[in-house]
Amino acid sequence: MSLLADDIQKIAHLARLGIDDKNMATYANDLSGMLALMVQMGELNTDGIEPMANPLDNSQRLRKDTVTEKNQRHKFQTLAPQIDAGLYLVPKVID
Amino acid sequence: MHNKTITEIAHDLRTKKISSVELTQHYLDRIKQFSTLNSYITVTEEQALVQARVADERLKSKDAALLTGIPIAQKDIFCTEGIKTSCGSKMLDNFIAPYNATVVEKFNQSGAVMLGKLNMDEFAMGSSNETSFYGVAHNPWDAHAVAGGSSGGSAAAVAAQLAVAVTGTDTGGSIRQPASFCGITGLKPTYGRVSRYGMIAYASSLDQGGTMSRNAEDAAILLQTMAGFDEKDSTSAQKMVPNYSENLNQDLKGLKIGLPKEFFSEDLDSEIAATILNAVEEYKKLGAEIKEVSMPMLKYAIPAYYVIASAECSANLSRLDGVRYGYRCENPKDLDDLYTRSRGEAFGAEVKRRILMGTYALSAGYYDAYYIKAQKTRRLISEDFKKALNEVDVLMGPVAPSTAFGIGEKTSDPIQMYLADIYTIAINLAGLPAMSVPAGFVDNKPVGLQIIGNYFKEAQLLNVAHQYQQVTNWHQKIPEGFQ
Repeated sequence: MSLLADDIQKIAHLARLGIDDKNMATYANDLSGMLALMVQMGELNTDGIEPMANPLDNSQRLRKDTVTEKNQRHKFQTLAPQIDAGLYLVPKVID
Repeated sequence: MHNKTITEIAHDLRTKKISSVELTQHYLDRIKQFSTLNSYITVTEEQALVQARVADERLKSKDAALLTGIPIAQKDIFCTEGIKTSCGSKMLDNFIAPYNATVVEKFNQSGAVMLGKLNMDEFAMGSSNETSFYGVAHNPWDAHAVAGGSSGGSAAAVAAQLAVAVTGTDTGGSIRQPASFCGITGLKPTYGRVSRYGMIAYASSLDQGGTMSRNAEDAAILLQTMAGFDEKDSTSAQKMVPNYSENLNQDLKGLKIGLPKEFFSEDLDSEIAATILNAVEEYKKLGAEIKEVSMPMLKYAIPAYYVIASAECSANLSRLDGVRYGYRCENPKDLDDLYTRSRGEAFGAEVKRRILMGTYALSAGYYDAYYIKAQKTRRLISEDFKKALNEVDVLMGPVAPSTAFGIGEKTSDPIQMYLADIYTIAINLAGLPAMSVPAGFVDNKPVGLQIIGNYFKEAQLLNVAHQYQQVTNWHQKIPEGFQ
């Protein structure tokens, strides 16, 4: 299965990832190459095999539903590109 | 003074042959002298000297630890409070971590001195350190060759003796392959052995932090500091940590070594194959028994890995959106433009490739065909290892199909770069511990022997490596100009 520049555009939109038009064809070619590798798994019969999400087959540990972190809003917001009155600023979403 | 093991330096510090401040200054001077290697992204000179002064005080007391006053460095993937943590990316070039990774915290508690943050492939995606926003780390054995990746800066720094020992992380070979390329000892522990808290995530079911050092004896000391349960990491293993250094002197009589025949196919460079088999001969002399094993699922490791790693990376990196921290584009016209352009301008080509691949593999209509299929394949690969490790104690083989390749040699063909990960990535899929140990040279460039152990058997793995290093001196070789 091979991908075209149009497909890359759709995937890039899903990932909110800016790709220059002039590079679309290169990514299409690279991803097609990756997919060509991946189809090799099609040779394998995996009927009835349980998918493995964790190499130790562990599930994520649960903890008590209590507050463990202290509020460090000011400290964290010093890293933000744009803030105002304790809020993160982004371009206007609703007119 | 830079040519000593941790134990030797710790002795010198205690007998006042040298102070931590003097030692730290010596390493800082070397880092400056060999800055063209580009192994460090950030050198934390001031903080290091403060830590060294504190260490010198602590060394006078009884509570000094073995690592107190020893200059180390961290891969720039570990968050360090108040210090830039870039993960090799333009996206985080302005990111001053607000907290310490558990690994960093543990080294701080031990009194180790941090010299700085080490170069790496962007978000650990790469096998040559060439995807770093800060440029490639050069191989001390050959300045025109790559140091390997993703922990390329880490490996180069240890080989050139610009730190006593360092940390790395390994998602698909990122500790072992650069260790092999630079002629040092690298250990990727069992998944969950070392906390991932504060270690910037690439592929969370594969990522594992580990050690990069001159020998197995030092690796044992580092792992002792790094390993252990951490409630801040929900995948951290609740297992006791044995005393790794105490376990280093077991003889190898009767040790069963498996050689997977798939590791020695015609794709392997014949001189590398001969080097590995020479190392195996040494083990025979030490009393080990050799057995051929077969792991037929190994050939599916590359496709399974690149689906799973890409899928997990596309999810993990979605947090980098230009809103709360990291890079933001100029004058976004709306929220969508802010996300799309910030990410488009700040991520490099390899990261973009993997985000695209992962997004595709997780999208409606393809999820079962790629992601679930890869997870099923992962189980089959993992069962191959379990079966083999029921028959033998450890597995041995090459780390990489070649020695360090030339800078720029493989950048135009990402698929060729992926295929070279063939001997390392299956171990991450299975979650097993493995090491790269210097085993010789081909064309004046180092070759690493890979030793794969059973789950949580790092003590045995370290002993197997240490015994080899007692009868060989490959790990003591130093590249010319760096003595």
